[in-house]
Amino acid sequence: MFFLGLILRNALRHKLRSLLTLLGLVVAILAFGLISTVVGAWYANSEAASNARLVSRNAISLAFSLPISYKQKVRAVEGVKDVSYANWFGGIYKDPKNFFPQFAIDPESYLRIYRDYLLPEDDLRNFIRDRKGCVVGRRLADTYGFKVGDTVTLKGTIFPGDWELVVRGIYDGREAKTDTAQLFFHWDLLNETMKQKTPRRANYVGVYVVEIANPENAASISQNIDALFKNSAWETLTETEQAFQLGFVSMIEAIVVAIRFMSYVVIVIILAVMANTMAMTARERLSEYATLKALGFSPRFVAALIFGESLTLAAIGAVLGILLTFPAARGFSSLTGTLFPTMQVSDDTVVRQVISAVIVGLLAAALPAWRAARVRIVDGLRSIG
Amino acid sequence: MDETAGGRAEEADAPIAQPGAPIISIRRVVKNYMRGGQTVEVLMGISLDIARGEFVALMGPSGSGKSTLLNLIAGIDKPTTGELLIDGEDITRLTESELAQWRAEKVGFIFQFYNLMPVLSALENVELPLLLTGLSRRERRERAELALEMVNLADRMDHTPNELSGGQQQRVAIARAIVTDPTILVADEPTGDLDRTSASEVLGMLQRLNRDLGATIVMVTHDARAAGAAQVIMHLEKGVLDSREVTVQIKH
Repeated sequence: MFFLGLILRNALRHKLRSLLTLLGLVVAILAFGLISTVVGAWYANSEAASNARLVSRNAISLAFSLPISYKQKVRAVEGVKDVSYANWFGGIYKDPKNFFPQFAIDPESYLRIYRDYLLPEDDLRNFIRDRKGCVVGRRLADTYGFKVGDTVTLKGTIFPGDWELVVRGIYDGREAKTDTAQLFFHWDLLNETMKQKTPRRANYVGVYVVEIANPENAASISQNIDALFKNSAWETLTETEQAFQLGFVSMIEAIVVAIRFMSYVVIVIILAVMANTMAMTARERLSEYATLKALGFSPRFVAALIFGESLTLAAIGAVLGILLTFPAARGFSSLTGTLFPTMQVSDDTVVRQVISAVIVGLLAAALPAWRAARVRIVDGLRSIG
Repeated sequence: MDETAGGRAEEADAPIAQPGAPIISIRRVVKNYMRGGQTVEVLMGISLDIARGEFVALMGPSGSGKSTLLNLIAGIDKPTTGELLIDGEDITRLTESELAQWRAEKVGFIFQFYNLMPVLSALENVELPLLLTGLSRRERRERAELALEMVNLADRMDHTPNELSGGQQQRVAIARAIVTDPTILVADEPTGDLDRTSASEVLGMLQRLNRDLGATIVMVTHDARAAGAAQVIMHLEKGVLDSREVTVQIKH
């Protein structure tokens, strides 16, 4: 207790210096956590992906469709448990900056496969019955104030026209990382409209979502599905849902890597600041450390004092920085709206914040502790700091 | 303050120097330093004895080696060659960790600039050396309080050094030095940073420790008045013992 008390009092001895160092630590840990959270948000869809789901798309490009007639053939492939389909709608809600994913789906099969979207039974029934109905995620509803019964008008870009949809339900995510910033409506509505307006675009889907019985067979089932349509006008590319989601991230991978790199640069910067603080502090207290050694305390004790002080500052900075990361992430999420599917500070991010703080605390103290432990007592006693 | 002037030491006031082996025995000690690639010889084979219970002042011009000699006696530096026996133990043969333990048990330090820990109270500063013993927290506190009472600072034990005068800080340092009941007390210019009144208080305290507790004290000083508090003054000159005189002790 004496030792801990000495460390704590030493850490707060120079109040202004300690305060400024702590401020730097808090900002660095907060920035590291926030950047990690944003990077994590980019990977959220891939992390939420099930290893029992495959996605089949047009082998040439996602921009091309697949015939609806493929569904039964895919369903018949050995190992396939269920099949659904979806079209990316890409409409505008009031303003182009109000981005959120919109999909035209087959409600029954799609929501059967995506069991992470939790919808009350009544709402699901109402949605299925109403061809002009839609369901929205909780985060989307909170962002734009959607309530059951509201009419949401989407201005089509890929599928031109004004699309009026009635909110029939609001779904919640089974887990924190589940994307609840999406809107789903009936593929049948889309298809019927296409039959009237642009018949050549009717009866096509964007992707097939395939649920398989055994995830270990993902590779072989994917190959079997693709083999069905090889050399056809619409060849498929089937992959795991995770690989499919990661494909989107890879388009901006350079940016993500750069952003992640910046988060580590922030830690390196605060390490330099802390190292300077500890070097200054240890230099000023050299005569105290020499006195302790003269009294009989070991070099290890002296080094432990310095490490203890550095780790105390790092710990305080880390705790504050971590605590502030949560409201900062919420603030960032509210600023970006539904741009990211989810903005959760993960346990992994918190762990990395803690590890970063510990590493900063240890490395910043390493050289000053080594020097103080090695200083000759007579030289240290002569030191005037 | 009572000054006794001239003549031989008054035997009635002098503590009884113990017959037999000296408590400090230095034999042909050489100490060299490297400075900018050159070897500087500070102690040139010095030999001297200090008896148990003696209060000795080491004096000499700058560069005479007195502080170096004190550092060797205190075990915070090692001679280049020679023998250094403290209470029968040749401390030149000890490893660094053994020497640290030896210092904790045998040596009490009094520095010129007190060298107290600024963030600790007077009581905690005195308690510091006791952390290296096996005493419980309560026992440490009791002994530290007793030591502070001996230096008349019982009413200041919760004050930090910056709340104490120079003289009071030095008395706390003396309490810290005696709290482990060491074999020897080493004092490096203990009054160097004090005004005359405080210096006199500190020297009086050292004399009482020597007289009442039989403490063996080795003190380096430039100040003839401070040296006059000791029983024996040893003059060093160019790294060797030049003279040894029993003084007429000035009482403080």
